[in-house]
Formats: sequence, structure tokens, C-alpha cells
Amino acid sequence: MSRKKLSRRQFVAATAMSSAALITAPYVRSANAAGKLNIGFWDHWVPGANKASTDLVNEWAAKEKVEVTIDYIPSQGNKNLLTIAAEAQAKSGHDILAMPTWWPHAQADLLEPMNDVVEALIKQNGDVNGTVKYLGKAGDKWLAVPACIGSQIKGPCSRIDLMKQHAGIDVQAMYPAGQEPKADAWTTDNFLKAAEACHKGGVPFGIGLGETSDSVDTVGAFFLAFGAEVVNAKGDVVVKNDNVRQVLEYYKKLMSFLPSDAPAWDDGSNNRWLVSGKGALIMNPPSAWAVAKRDAPQIAEQCWTHGFPVGPKGRFAPYLPYFWTAWNFGKNKPAAKSLLTHLSQPAAVEKCVAASGGYDLPAFEKLTTLKTWAEESPPKGTLYHYPNPHNHQKLSISAAGAPPKVAQQIYTQATLTKMCVRYYRGEAMDKTLSWAQSELEGFMRS
Amino acid sequence: MVDVAVERNSAAPAQKARKRVTLRTALKRKSTAAFLMTLPLILLISLLVIYPAFYSLHLATLNKSMQRFVGLGNFQFLFTRETFWLVVQQSCIFAITAVIFKALIGFIVAHFVHNIPAKGQRKWRGMLLVPWVIPPAMSTLAWLWLFDPSYSAFNYLLAGVGVDRIPWTGETGWARFSVILVNIWVGAPFFMIMYLASLKSVPDQLYEAAAIDGANWWQRIWYVTLPMMRNIIAITTLFSLIVTFANFDIVRILTAGGPLDHTHIFATWAFRIGIEGGDIPLGASVSLFMIPILAIAAVFILRDINKRGNEA
Repeated sequence: MSRKKLSRRQFVAATAMSSAALITAPYVRSANAAGKLNIGFWDHWVPGANKASTDLVNEWAAKEKVEVTIDYIPSQGNKNLLTIAAEAQAKSGHDILAMPTWWPHAQADLLEPMNDVVEALIKQNGDVNGTVKYLGKAGDKWLAVPACIGSQIKGPCSRIDLMKQHAGIDVQAMYPAGQEPKADAWTTDNFLKAAEACHKGGVPFGIGLGETSDSVDTVGAFFLAFGAEVVNAKGDVVVKNDNVRQVLEYYKKLMSFLPSDAPAWDDGSNNRWLVSGKGALIMNPPSAWAVAKRDAPQIAEQCWTHGFPVGPKGRFAPYLPYFWTAWNFGKNKPAAKSLLTHLSQPAAVEKCVAASGGYDLPAFEKLTTLKTWAEESPPKGTLYHYPNPHNHQKLSISAAGAPPKVAQQIYTQATLTKMCVRYYRGEAMDKTLSWAQSELEGFMRS
Repeated sequence: MVDVAVERNSAAPAQKARKRVTLRTALKRKSTAAFLMTLPLILLISLLVIYPAFYSLHLATLNKSMQRFVGLGNFQFLFTRETFWLVVQQSCIFAITAVIFKALIGFIVAHFVHNIPAKGQRKWRGMLLVPWVIPPAMSTLAWLWLFDPSYSAFNYLLAGVGVDRIPWTGETGWARFSVILVNIWVGAPFFMIMYLASLKSVPDQLYEAAAIDGANWWQRIWYVTLPMMRNIIAITTLFSLIVTFANFDIVRILTAGGPLDHTHIFATWAFRIGIEGGDIPLGASVSLFMIPILAIAAVFILRDINKRGNEA
């Protein structure tokens, strides 16, 4: 038996070819998706919600023969934002990474286009709202896939009994479960009257005026309701206008009926306000109600989640979508897209919504009438209007309208809240507007 | 020619031998051994401190999207921002006030502890160090609950004696007071323990001599204790000034820079701009702004120490 001798050149050539083959196609096992997939999901507040997403991923991984690892990254302490920044700098990281609100735009140059995934999902599940397009799309490029997990509306959660007793408002009649809202009288003026009545009754509305997200979202929705634009779509600073003056006057009145320590509130303060029974209304997704259900059931029984009051320029509710993204330097983009499609199927969305107790909101219009929201209790139907099933209000985000990278600065620096607090504390209107103008001009850096 | 060649050949091994001897001697030197022993730490510091420091310098010279070199443009931009000057002012108020009070309280408590009989002193030293050894992130959370806007334990106690509730973190002045108070609480034990060590090294004979000369309590402090502790006071002050200027956790947890940015210090504002706002170059520029301030302080304090060292 003859044995062919391998020369040194042949050995080197064979090694190089094998290495090249391994490097260029390390994970491909099929035409669609395979190999390894490293996922960074948002760590859900609601106990048990992470398990639903893990199950969905495992179900897909078993079918597609992909090895998956999932990291649940908390937003407490901005760990998720630190992860995004670190991975963007290192050009290495998770194949799928959950990003909140502004971050797809902030990292737009580093993200894999998702047009093929999102356009197919829109055909299947219906269109997405304007805020999702504003935050998730740059020109014609979809930067990310709208995620159900973590997306939320921060609308009013009212105490049925206290609103009836002090403000004479029946929130259940205004927003009946299973029916269209009958909320024409729920205007910003009546909201102010109700705030005053509840303040007099010793159960003030719990609206924060700090620099964290909840405070910024609420004030942003009122600015939009008054048509108060501070930076327009072209990126021009237009803060010195009558609508801004009008909303500052309105907020000054409203602030006098809020707890005096509201400027120091963080995102937990309003939850505690509701759960402790001290207030008649807060602006929050159903997480506060869910905590009340566990810790103070008698209060949870009186909670009703509903829509925002309508202002001179419309009815707007703060909507904060989460997105799933894939870096353009990711190693397994086909698998990432395949999984994101799987996670956005109606059955998967329904599981996530149920596991989160109705907290998670799908962005697609055909998925806003799931039975979880209709059935959650106590009281039954308390979450029916949470996902805006009748398109009763326009879902928006604070500072929307300005180019997203400028709006992100307005949002992060809580410029609108600061304007309200400055004016409320006695600063002259012109001085507040000049301060805001200077701040906004500083956000135009590119 | 031959002789020369022979001489050259014979010189080479001699040189090698000399080199070997030199290397052996160098290795035997205490300074070389010390250098080699500290080399791992030097490498670690280079990797974890010097590299990030230079990297942040590089970042500070880029535009917001990090695609263009802008030189000192970020610093020029910062100088035009009202909030930046507010942060500079607040950082100075925060650091200087906190260090002064930490030094004062540390000095007084060190004297008390020094005068406790040796038998019970260890117990007191241990207890007084507790605020310093607890991770500030944890202890500040406890303070956060004490200062909570709606459910402050302090306000509950004040209400018990008929005093109005205080907006600990809601009003500018009170919020500044609160963050400084917590910083003093965390940092004073460090001063205390350093001053205590220094006090113990002051020879008793000096106090005896002062007593014979008729010095009173104040004169003993002024003419004996303070001169003997000057260097340790200076070093401790410098060290604490650096750490306090660079503080992050206390402000971040208690007020997150609010209300109206009036408690932001360099590190928290850099985080707000760089990480939360997605403008990493500007955030890096804010954090680098601490360096010249601290460098000036270090030069003044260390120059003074050097002068006294020469006098000695």
C-alpha cells in the first residue's frame, strides 16, 4: 500500500483553505439560519415574563437547530444603555439586542436594515403607529423590529372611587370595558378641575416633575395636546411660540394641585403614590396596578387604566416602544432575523402579553385587541383601554416632531419638565423661554 | 596587528563578564527588585487606567457621531453652555464643602477616640469606620429612603415635634445639602482614621514640654498637634478632594442631578450626556474637565508638602 507524502507547501495550502472555509461560513448549516445566536433581551419587571420569551426562543431554536444564549439586561441603573454603548464601541456583542425608544436612531449607522422583516410583519399583523415609524425608521430603512416586550403606554391609571367622590367623574363610564370611549368631556380643562378637586380632597394626582422618564412622558403629552412645539421637523428651534406659553401657563396651574415634592419624584414615586392610596390618579403602565394587586388588593380593585384628556390640538398618550435590533457587525444575521420574525407572530405576541399581565404592547394594529386586556382583573376590564384599542388617542413620545437625535437630547435632559418647573417657581416666561432656546440650540450638535 | 587582534578578542569576554556582573548587581539592587515586584501592578494600572484615560482623551476630540476630529471643539462648546458652568460651580461647592467638613469632623472625632483608654478604643474605631466600609451605593439607598420625597423618615420624626416637612431632594438648596451631608457621612471616617494614626505618632514629650511651658489646650493643638499633622492633613485633603470631585454614586442615587440640574457634578453630568444622551465625546469632555482642576489643587498641596519636607 503506497502512502502519498504530504509536502510542506501542500500542508500549508490545505490548512489555509480549511481556515478560510471555517471563517467565511462559520455558522451556516442551512439556507435559512443555524449556528449560534447570542441574544440580549430587556429584563422584564414582571415576574415570569422572561420565562415566556425564553420558551419562545427555545421553541424556535429547537426547530432551527440553533444554539442560543440569552442575557436578560436590566434597565435599572441604565445597564441596558451601558451595554448598547459598550457594544457599539467594541463593534462586538449580542446578535440581537433590545433597545428602548431613541436608541435605534442613536446607533443607526451600526444597525442591520430590517426592512425585509418589518415589511412582512406589517403585511401580516397590520400597520404600526406613527411613533414606531418615527423611532424605528430612518428614511426608508427600518433600523429595528418593533418589540412587544417592554413597549408601553403611560396613560392615566385612576382610582374609580376617589375620582367619583372628589371630582364627580365616573372613569368606568367614560372608558367602558369592551366599548368605545365616551370621553368627549375628558378635556385638559376638566382634567385640571379634577386635579384641583382631588387636591382639595387630600388625594392629589401623582404626577412627577422630575427628570426621569415618567415625568418627561407626561409633560410631553400635554405639550403635544397644546400643539407646543419646541423644535420643528426641520430642526429649527421654535420654542418662543404662543402654544408653548399656553402649556406653561396650564402646567403652572396643574402643578399647584400636585404634591409639593413632585420635582423630586423618580419613576418609582408615582407607583408608590398609587399603591399607598395617597392619590387619585397617576400616569403609568399597569405595573403600578400589578404591584397594588399583590400588595394592596383593595386599592387594585379601584384602579382603572384609560386615555389621556384631549387638549386644543388633540389627544396624545405617551407611548414608549422597545425595539429588537441586530448589529451590522453581528455574526449570524439570518438567524437573528428568523428569530425576530418568530417572536412577532400573533401566537408569540399573545403569550408575551399574557405573561406580562397585559403590560407588553405589540406595535401592530391587528394585535391590540387580545383577550388578556379584556379579561385582566380586578376589576374586570381594568386594562381594556390600555392598548388604545379604538385608536382614541394618538400615541406619541415627548418631544416628537423634532429630528430624533435632537428629540433624544430634549427627552434625556428633561428640558420640557425643567421649563415647567422653572416657570412654576416664579421665573419670568421670557426668561424660561430664553433658557430653553439656549439649551435647545445646544442639542443641535451633529 | 596580531597583538591588537588578540587584545580585541580578549576584551570581548571581559565585557560580557562585566555585563553579567552588572545585570547580577542590578538584580540584587533593592530598587530593581522593588520595580519588578510592582511591575504587575504597573501593567494592570496601564491597562485599566492609563489606556482608558488616553482613550477618553481621544474620544473628547471627536464630534457627536464620532466620525470627525474636532480638536478642542467639544470644550469650546461646553464653555458656551449655562448648565456646564452650573455643574462646575456645583462640583466645587460639593467637593470643597464636603472635604472641609469631613476634615473637621475627622479631626474632632480622632481626638475623642485618641483620648479613649486603649482598652475600649478598638471597639470605637471599628464602629466609627462602618460608614466608610459599607459600599456607598448601598448606604446611599438607605439615605434615599430617609430623604424620600413623600415618605421621608426624617420628616416623620420632624412632624412628631411639630416641624414642617423638609423637601430634602426637591428644593435646590436642600438637595445640595443632602448630597453633601451623605458624602460627609461616608467620608469622615477616612479622615478620622488617618488623623488618629497621625495623632498616635506625635511624641508625648512634645506635649509634656508644651505643658511645662504653660501651653493651654488650644496652644497645644495649634503649636504641637497641627504642625506635626500638617503633611498627613495635606495628603488626606488632596486624596479626598480627588475622590469627592470624581464622586458619582451618591449624587446619582439620591437626586440624579436634579432638581433643575442643581446637584449635578462632573461625573453624573458626564453620564447623563454621554450614556443617557448618547453623546459620548461630549460626556468624555465633561469628565476630563476635572483633570485641570484637580491638577492645580495637587500642585498647590504637594508643593507645600515638598517645602516642609525640605525645611525638615
